Amino acid sequence: MAYSKKLIDHYENPRNVGSMDKESKEVGTGLVGAPACGDVMKLQIKVNDSGVIEDAKFKTFGCGSAIASSSLITEWVKGKKIDQASEIKNTEIANHLALPPVKIHCSVLAEDAIKAAIADYKDKNKK
Amino acid sequence: MQNINNIYFDYQATTPVDPRVLDKMLPYFSDIYGNPHSRNHSYGWFAEEAVEMARENVAKIIGANPKEIIFTSGATESNNLAIKGLAEFYGDKKNHIITCVTEHKCVLESCRYLAEKKDFKITYLPVKSDGLIDLNELKSHITEKTLMVSIMGVHNEIGVIQPLKEIGKICRDQGVFFHSDCAQAIGKIELDVEEMNLDLMSISGHKIYAPKGVGALYIRRKPRVRISAIMSGGGQERGMRSGTLSPALCVGLGEACNIYSKEMKKENQKITNLKDRLLNGIRNSCSDIYLNGSEIHRVPGNLNLSFAYIEGESLMMGIKNLAVSSGSACTSASLEPSYVLKALGVEEELAHTSLRIGLGRFTTEKDVDSAVKQIVSEVKRLRSLSPLWEMAQEGVDLSKIKWASH
Repeated sequence: MAYSKKLIDHYENPRNVGSMDKESKEVGTGLVGAPACGDVMKLQIKVNDSGVIEDAKFKTFGCGSAIASSSLITEWVKGKKIDQASEIKNTEIANHLALPPVKIHCSVLAEDAIKAAIADYKDKNKK
Repeated sequence: MQNINNIYFDYQATTPVDPRVLDKMLPYFSDIYGNPHSRNHSYGWFAEEAVEMARENVAKIIGANPKEIIFTSGATESNNLAIKGLAEFYGDKKNHIITCVTEHKCVLESCRYLAEKKDFKITYLPVKSDGLIDLNELKSHITEKTLMVSIMGVHNEIGVIQPLKEIGKICRDQGVFFHSDCAQAIGKIELDVEEMNLDLMSISGHKIYAPKGVGALYIRRKPRVRISAIMSGGGQERGMRSGTLSPALCVGLGEACNIYSKEMKKENQKITNLKDRLLNGIRNSCSDIYLNGSEIHRVPGNLNLSFAYIEGESLMMGIKNLAVSSGSACTSASLEPSYVLKALGVEEELAHTSLRIGLGRFTTEKDVDSAVKQIVSEVKRLRSLSPLWEMAQEGVDLSKIKWASH
């Protein structure tokens, strides 16, 4: 299976790997997928007072496409308002990385992960 | 063609043709090109002589008589012919076959065909967590309708060795035919059709440094085992397998067996040393590496390893200079982990983390050291990316988490 250059670059040089304090009120954490299915993504965002994502970190258990999808989405959400970030569609990720059809679910998981992280942040900061 | 995977660690998938084998084969493409079935001239006689010499070499390595060997296109054909051919011949008297859930697809599919089209009953024996069948369970399933037991000698995916001698004894005592797919067993373990009471045995060329496209089937003569041909034609190979033989391919298979007859012990020792070097090398630097299948009853050339907390395909992408095989099927169209590992009771999360590393005749210490270095560095890198590894290090019990399956 031949993967795109962009995908391989994200797999070999993943951006924004790491973890943030999940107890912090500024941090939203999304943990999606299941080990039995072969993919788990943890995506964290740090949001400032004006609702802008200042930083994003990820860790992913999964195939190369899953690692690349999560790396890419952390780049995309940084600097975005949380409402803009939640509008990122899996198809944009899949197109950007030229995911083969059998790997489309990796991009779906990345979309789920950012949505879950935003939901966690909103939940923590309910007024 | 650029070969990106520049160290070969997939000897269970196939092997290169040994140069000594190729040398023996070459004259039969252009100089001695007669049809071995031509009886009227020397072209035919020389070709026939070569085929018969090859047949002797194949027979010798399994303790058989040359008359009990027929050449086929490979183990898939041999397995089909053994199972369907035997069923066709004896099916009106006995219609029950016992096999095992971890058998090769060509055995399972042949059995499924007989069940669906010929009204056969098939028993699929489970395996224990070490990949071996339970002999008492085998015994308990044999009835007066049982025609054959088909259990492979050495497993292609996990390398475990089934107790052929014990299975053979049970079958002989009960008057049941015993077939074994020995594609991965020839040259790896001692095989003797008398001692093991084998009635049929499938052999493959390309797993033993002969070319792809040739194999053999052993069919016992005393007491006589009968099979019906599954291809119609000129009645070659004692009427059991029609079609003109390729002397070059037969000579290749014969020479490959001949080499093993002389060098098997030495080669197995060499591969055992390399296997230990590889496994210890990885385990000395990385924790949580699991060997799938029995530690003791296995051939040295097969390491089926689970690398906990990292997914198999991502590891394969990282060690791209090593040609290994994914134990998880994430690279194929289905995303299901291997049916073999599942049958062993390997948890799905671990099955997704497995690789099969195959060592063989041309593997060197340098290859192994390079593999250890690449695997260790990639395992460490991918674990630093893995949320599961992080959680495990924090002491989180992953089995207690409620995962949303997708």
